[in-house]
Amino acid sequence: MLSIKNLHASVDDKEILKGLSLEVKAGEVHAIMGPNGSGKSTLGNVLAGREAYEVTEGEILLDGKDLLELSPENRAREGVFLAFQYPVEIPGVSNINFLKTALNEIRAYKGLPPLEAREFLNRVKEKQKLVEFDAKLANRSLNEGFSGGEKKRNEIFQLAMLEPKLGILDETDSGLDIDALRIVARGVNQLRSQENAFIVITHYQRLLEYIVPDFVHVLYKGRIVRSGTKELALELEEKGYDWIKETVDAEKAV
Amino acid sequence: MITQVSDSLYSQLIKTYGGNLPSAEPRSLDEIRKQAFERFKSTGFPTVKNEDWKYTNVQPLISQHYELDAEPSLVAVDLDGANIPQLDAYRVVLVDGKYHAGLSDTVDMPGLSIMPIDQAFERLCFAKYFAEFADKTDNPFVTLNTALFTAGLFIEVGKNTQLSKPIHVIYVSNARQPVFNQVRNLYVISTFAEAEIVESFVTDPQAARSLNNQVTEIVVREGAKFQHYYLQTAASQGSYLNHTEVYQEKHSLYNNYNCTFPGPAFVRNNINVRLGDSEVESHLYGVTLTADNQFVDNHTIVDHIHPHCESYEWYKNITQDTSTAVFNGKIFVRPDAQKTNAFQQNNNMLIGEKSAVYTKPQLEIFADDVKCSHGCTIGQFDNEALFYLRARGISEAQARVLLVHAFAFDVTSRFANTVVREYVEHLVEEGL
Repeated sequence: MLSIKNLHASVDDKEILKGLSLEVKAGEVHAIMGPNGSGKSTLGNVLAGREAYEVTEGEILLDGKDLLELSPENRAREGVFLAFQYPVEIPGVSNINFLKTALNEIRAYKGLPPLEAREFLNRVKEKQKLVEFDAKLANRSLNEGFSGGEKKRNEIFQLAMLEPKLGILDETDSGLDIDALRIVARGVNQLRSQENAFIVITHYQRLLEYIVPDFVHVLYKGRIVRSGTKELALELEEKGYDWIKETVDAEKAV
Repeated sequence: MITQVSDSLYSQLIKTYGGNLPSAEPRSLDEIRKQAFERFKSTGFPTVKNEDWKYTNVQPLISQHYELDAEPSLVAVDLDGANIPQLDAYRVVLVDGKYHAGLSDTVDMPGLSIMPIDQAFERLCFAKYFAEFADKTDNPFVTLNTALFTAGLFIEVGKNTQLSKPIHVIYVSNARQPVFNQVRNLYVISTFAEAEIVESFVTDPQAARSLNNQVTEIVVREGAKFQHYYLQTAASQGSYLNHTEVYQEKHSLYNNYNCTFPGPAFVRNNINVRLGDSEVESHLYGVTLTADNQFVDNHTIVDHIHPHCESYEWYKNITQDTSTAVFNGKIFVRPDAQKTNAFQQNNNMLIGEKSAVYTKPQLEIFADDVKCSHGCTIGQFDNEALFYLRARGISEAQARVLLVHAFAFDVTSRFANTVVREYVEHLVEEGL
């Protein structure tokens, strides 16, 4: 589904990703771990198309389509969804109006008619239940006054509503207490299918106890330096990122 | 102070009306006109050296030639631009400033009088209120209007009368040659009456240039409530100087919603509210969306004279392209006006990189037991918010619409009339 080859990206002329390659197939969950500053969030932002990130080399294909050619909105319409590490509060834009606009623009892109009001509301109800997100959305502005946990849950709720091919969770676990973490994880697990895939970016192994990944990759200095199964995450947890840093730096020194 | 006697419009006016002011019964009006004309002659048009006109240069407008008392053209008038979907209202149409009976609804409601202002000269309340308020200010355009107006509107909502539907006043510029129109209105909302007036400014697509100097005096009597909307949607050939002077009596409520959209090249609104007794409430809301090379200036005065009054003012400007917006908000709290609660907020969003905003909150507080707060911000599009919306599949254009709606929301959400609110939101969307 997703094929990243030799990706180089920089922010303000500082190279952050230095030749990252990754293959994600439908039905898979990949975890990206790594120490602070290794480029985890950059990967998520580059995939979503944030303008400040400049891709200097490499390619990203989503089902054969060149993502780098597409605007952020067209990437979303093709099925890329980034759950933000820091969801933005937008006072004055209602949650419901925002979701309806997003959903209908994605549908229009696919040549589908807008959802009927009732259909839309049923879907809202159903998905809110799925992610146990019972905040009253109708009269509230987007993320305004939401707690950290509510914001993250709202991201997963949006993911459920928009049904993307590829969901990227950017440190969705940060700032969540254990109950909120379980709820978010349960929501993601219910959304997993053979048609979609997830990239879970996280600093800690904790989230991966709940969202069990098929593959774990360790990002360091802008490249994937280790890949393995979920046991790799446990090993990391036990030995710490210094273990990775030392072994990788040692390999380089040779 | 003599200023630039060489102005084309100034010399044209003096030449035409020197000893020859428009006249009608009663004689008292003639005297008011004469004095006003003398005042105008001595001040002339304001220049940018005058603090109130610092950013607002009228010289390019008054150095042009206009027909002064053009006969109304008989060609068909295109009013489509003024149509507010779903609005059920009494319609009153003024073509080039003159009341047009054929296009206006016949209003047959007890307690409500709507008529051309020249038919109201004999009325008691005309004698009582005309030129009593606006002419106390030092706006030269008001004195000019008092001296020379020939048309306009008189509306009186009688005692205890509650209008079942709003009055929609439509000013349409239609003349095929450049004109200088001077409209004079007097609205009296009698004791314990309730009224809503929506005023639209539009341009027939065939119309030539026009300069419109309009003055509206409003008296909101004891216990009366008045909802007042201005929807400035004229086209680029129109320039507007619009002075609104409101006088409020005890326990009255006045709400002004002042909206300007891309179109007219030049707009200067003066909205002055005098809280003439205690326990008065006034709200001034403004949304200005400008585009191209437009210039829109809103000058407001909220004048707290007596104790226990409340005023609330919120203006939002959104400037695109190379347009300019000006906001000047004066609040006076006079020595007697203890326990005043006054609020003012002005937020500006500069979208056009070459657009400009001049804003000046001006609070003059002479009482010591009051609550007054004001705030003023200038900003741009929030790129984080823009990216967030686009990352959900919303196009950049639609995301901008959502964000501008959000920016204007503090003001539009206060609109008492939801039909007008939807119309205004639609105009915002169209204007982006």
